[in-house]
Amino acid sequence: MKLRDDLFEAKEQKPTRDGFGVGLVEAATADPRIVALCADLTESTRMEEFKKKFPERFVEVGVAEQNLAALASGFAAFGKIPFITSYATFSPGRNNEQIRTTISINEVPVKIVGSHAGVSVGPDGATHQALEDIALMRVQPNMTVVSPCDAEEARKATLAIAKTNSPTYIRLGREKTPMMTTAETPFEFGKANVVWKSDAPQVAIFATGPLLFNALCAARDLEGQGIQTTVVNVHTVKPLDEETIVREAKNAGAVVTVEEHQIAGGLGSAIAELLAQKASCPIEFIGVHDRFGQSGTPMELIKEYGLDAIAIGEAAKKAVSRK
Amino acid sequence: MEPLTDEQSRELAYKANQIRETIIEMLVAAGSGHTAGPLGMADIFTALYFHVLVHDPKSPDSPQRDRLVLSNGHIVPVRYAAMAHAGYFPVEECLTLRKFGSRLQGHPERIRLPGLETTSGPLGSGLSQAAGMAYAARMDNSKARIYCAMSDGEHDCGNTWEAIMWAGANKLSNLTGIIDRNNIQIDGYTEQIMPLEPLHEKYESFGWHVLEVDGHNIPQFVAACNEAKAIAEKPTIIIAHTIPGKGIKEIEGDYRWHGKAPLPEEGKVFLNELRTLGGKIQSEHQ
Repeated sequence: MKLRDDLFEAKEQKPTRDGFGVGLVEAATADPRIVALCADLTESTRMEEFKKKFPERFVEVGVAEQNLAALASGFAAFGKIPFITSYATFSPGRNNEQIRTTISINEVPVKIVGSHAGVSVGPDGATHQALEDIALMRVQPNMTVVSPCDAEEARKATLAIAKTNSPTYIRLGREKTPMMTTAETPFEFGKANVVWKSDAPQVAIFATGPLLFNALCAARDLEGQGIQTTVVNVHTVKPLDEETIVREAKNAGAVVTVEEHQIAGGLGSAIAELLAQKASCPIEFIGVHDRFGQSGTPMELIKEYGLDAIAIGEAAKKAVSRK
Repeated sequence: MEPLTDEQSRELAYKANQIRETIIEMLVAAGSGHTAGPLGMADIFTALYFHVLVHDPKSPDSPQRDRLVLSNGHIVPVRYAAMAHAGYFPVEECLTLRKFGSRLQGHPERIRLPGLETTSGPLGSGLSQAAGMAYAARMDNSKARIYCAMSDGEHDCGNTWEAIMWAGANKLSNLTGIIDRNNIQIDGYTEQIMPLEPLHEKYESFGWHVLEVDGHNIPQFVAACNEAKAIAEKPTIIIAHTIPGKGIKEIEGDYRWHGKAPLPEEGKVFLNELRTLGGKIQSEHQ
């Protein structure tokens, strides 16, 4: 899998929301059906450029996330492909029922864009740090869920979901995070990417979102300690790439899941549900353990909630020891 | 859309009575469901499906069709009955309401039955969807008009007011809302549960053109829909004053009939009452 050569230097950092903004303009250039609706967060959800380029297709909704979701359902019913943006705590948080009834049951191609996911939102604190959004969205039938690892992948994910007919949730972060992928890195909706491969892996690490970087750092450190790993970028949380996940779990015989989300209901739960049926093995969960976030710098919070490379390395050793 | 002739008015009144009969038959067969709301909206749904809407039952997905969004999905028996009588599906299929495998779900689902514009039941989000359609229609220079039937009770929902504000701000003149102002909700009378008045003034202050009609006077309702078409730069709301359970004396005005279906014995009595009324309308007609 083609990643940046200077990956571990983390020279270039961008928020995933930036990649979404670029991808949205590209997608809208190619497809006139695309419209963008925003709930008073145009700049911070990176819809500025779209608004400049396509003012007639940009719709301001104001601070009204329930209206945002249900309006979008109406636009989609009339043949549009609406992208709706807000912070993930508000959308799909506040408007969950509107999404369920008017988007998921209706099965219309509304693209729900939730920014400011995870504790790395930082100083804003618990109210603005979405840690439940993957769970909320993946339990709805018909809904698909994408969680890109960096801005480049967010761009590609945006282009990919613009072409699907299904309702989709895309999860974005506020903070600058390391660029790992390049324009050449393949991205296929629903297909997990093996990004770190060893000859005889003892543990498979499945990560989603920008924490993939910490997972890769952990893999590098573990290799130095004589523990071989596989790292898989699970950018599409639903539908899960069952084939790749089962294969890599069987191959390694132990698993660690990594996400900036509650361990209840997120990627770890999805993988545990799958492996319990198809490839039972020890699993350790890196994520937030039934707590809310709080104010702090992203770095402080990543450490406090046990989401850094050291914690991932420890979890990997524990998973191996439980074999 | 022309004003109604006297003969058309009589024909529509007769049709509304047939639709009421179908509503009672389907609710008795289902053994559950809502009775008062569907009966109260029978005249308006008859007017919509048999005079107001531009639609073709044989081509329910036609892009040119007017859209009717039903926001308060629990009164869907009136929509199913009107659709069946209009030719969307056989009237006999109405008896499958709420049964396993039926296209006529207890609350309407868009992907199960062609001709429904959305899925509804949870209150307060229909007007948003209708407003989204109206905005998209304007983007596309479509001549389609968007109608949204709502309950008065769902004006307790914040989402309803978000949509009222947004549609007013965006001057959606191709959007007509219709409120079933029957003054009842599940727990009692609207003005006791959560007062909505002054509803007329509230809509006006949100930038809407407001009309009030007798919801059982079909010519008056049709005239209001016509007036709405002539209003530029504003969406129109038609506050239709209705009697819940209209057509059956035992049900009229009684909020306890909001969420229950008639028992088979009650159904016989009610159908007889409607048929007697139908006979009256028919004899006047002849």
